Amino acid sequence: MSVLAVLEQRAGEWHRMSFETLAAAQQIARELDTTVSAAVLGHNIGALANELAAKRIETVYAFEHDLLKEYTPDAYTLALAQHIDHFKPSIVLFPHTYQVRDFLPKLATRLDRVAVTDVVSHRVENGELTLVRQLFQGKVNADVRFSGDGPHFASLQAGAYRADRVLDGHATVEVVTPSLSPSDIRTRPLALVRESQHTVDLGAAERIVSFGRGIKDAENIPLIEKLAAALGAELAASRPICDAGWLPMERQVGSSGQTVAPKMYMAIGISGAIQHLVGMKGARTVVAINKDADAPIFEVADYGIVGDLFQVVPALIEAIKKA
Amino acid sequence: MKIIVAIKQVPARDSQLRIAASLQWIEETDLAYEINEPDAYALEAGLRLKEKQGGEVIALCAGPQRAGQAIREALAKGADRAIHIEEDTAALDPLARARLLAAAVKGESPDLILTGLQSEDLGLGQTGVILAELLGLPHSTIIMEVEASEGAIRVKRELEEGWSQSIEMPLPALLAVQSGIGKLRYATLMGIKKAKSKQVRRVTAASLGVAPAAPSIVLQRVYLPERTKRTQLFEGDPQQAAAQLVDKLRFEARVI
Repeated sequence: MSVLAVLEQRAGEWHRMSFETLAAAQQIARELDTTVSAAVLGHNIGALANELAAKRIETVYAFEHDLLKEYTPDAYTLALAQHIDHFKPSIVLFPHTYQVRDFLPKLATRLDRVAVTDVVSHRVENGELTLVRQLFQGKVNADVRFSGDGPHFASLQAGAYRADRVLDGHATVEVVTPSLSPSDIRTRPLALVRESQHTVDLGAAERIVSFGRGIKDAENIPLIEKLAAALGAELAASRPICDAGWLPMERQVGSSGQTVAPKMYMAIGISGAIQHLVGMKGARTVVAINKDADAPIFEVADYGIVGDLFQVVPALIEAIKKA
Repeated sequence: MKIIVAIKQVPARDSQLRIAASLQWIEETDLAYEINEPDAYALEAGLRLKEKQGGEVIALCAGPQRAGQAIREALAKGADRAIHIEEDTAALDPLARARLLAAAVKGESPDLILTGLQSEDLGLGQTGVILAELLGLPHSTIIMEVEASEGAIRVKRELEEGWSQSIEMPLPALLAVQSGIGKLRYATLMGIKKAKSKQVRRVTAASLGVAPAAPSIVLQRVYLPERTKRTQLFEGDPQQAAAQLVDKLRFEARVI
């Protein structure tokens, strides 16, 4: 039995979630009384592997190949499937990044397994690992277990584990040369482009008023704008609003938008799907206004008003002016 | 171009969810259902491609009888025909679900298969990628744009922190589409009328020759999350609640 953490890098830079996964792998290995190893894939990644050599890990597997220089699902799946088949780790953990979402289901299927994706926590009881994940946009939790033999695959949600808990130590680095040929790779990745220039830096805003689907119609946005102006706050929104083109993408808060940490974050008509929460849970004070008392946003809110935003927001503007 | 769009029917977004007595799933009686929104975007992308390139859009859905409603909606929006795998799929893991879809797709030889990025009930975000692997197709996910040419496509894939990347691949292929790829259309009255005469092929796991397999991940228990934070809630009269909140924000939290 052993735990393998597969970490992510691009162009020699770690993905910020990689060390969260390593911390989780160390913790789970300790609780299961087993060892942890780590893998990183790429081209000329010696420096990254050496960095891992100073962590409490048994072996660092550095997958070196010029066909791993650029990520492709075909090459990553093939390289990892060969390795996992050979070394037979019992649990393989990944950060739940966009890249992992692209290849992990393929890798698991290749090995006739099903991955448990987007895990938020775990527990070990009597040597048995139970994973916790969220269903219905965070409204329901589920305990999930693997059945049958390993390898078992899971990916961990951003922020679910703390990167600063990684333990230092000493590891041996082993360079792995996967057997890959250009004909194995069917997709051709082209240049990377930066979409939005983030001309609005929500990350620096002291107060943010953010709205979601509860606003119902773009015609109602001026009401929220008035409130933001009264509070001296920047305007932001959840993903569906920006998808609909009601606010520019650069004002989107969440896993695919900006991560913010203002003094006050007011969420209006936002249910609080996990993709949104990861973008704002660093806020010092969270205020939620929602008609649904069971909306997940109230789980992270310090203050809340349960009610119809079309009545509450005008009342708030009034109350702020009076204050 | 022959395009298959896989759609799932899920409980409507604003449903009040209760845990079933079995503690294994939610209580399904009295729930309203709708097309999984990410899949509605996949359908939108498929219809737009067809409008540009010509061809056919086939809606593919695995679910019990009630999923017929989702299929009718897809047909009313412009899908040409549909395949309904009539099975209660709630307890299936994504591999078992994808095996059903793969069996139904065989024989259709599509040029392109589209799925949403994830379902709004289970949210595993895997079915599309697994389906591609089972069918031996190249794939890409989190797709914001699709451009098709003879025998190949170029897509724009969303990456994190505002980055994106173009990717080329040969057809046939599978794409998991990002929400927001295009504004969703409504079904027109004419569309709803036309949908009634469109063909729906009904199959089952047995008729597709897919044997049930032991699941490799098991939902042990579902439950409502516990509040970890103490929220001060103001209810009742909006004026009063607003005044109380502003007071707290000024003198307790001191953020305004």
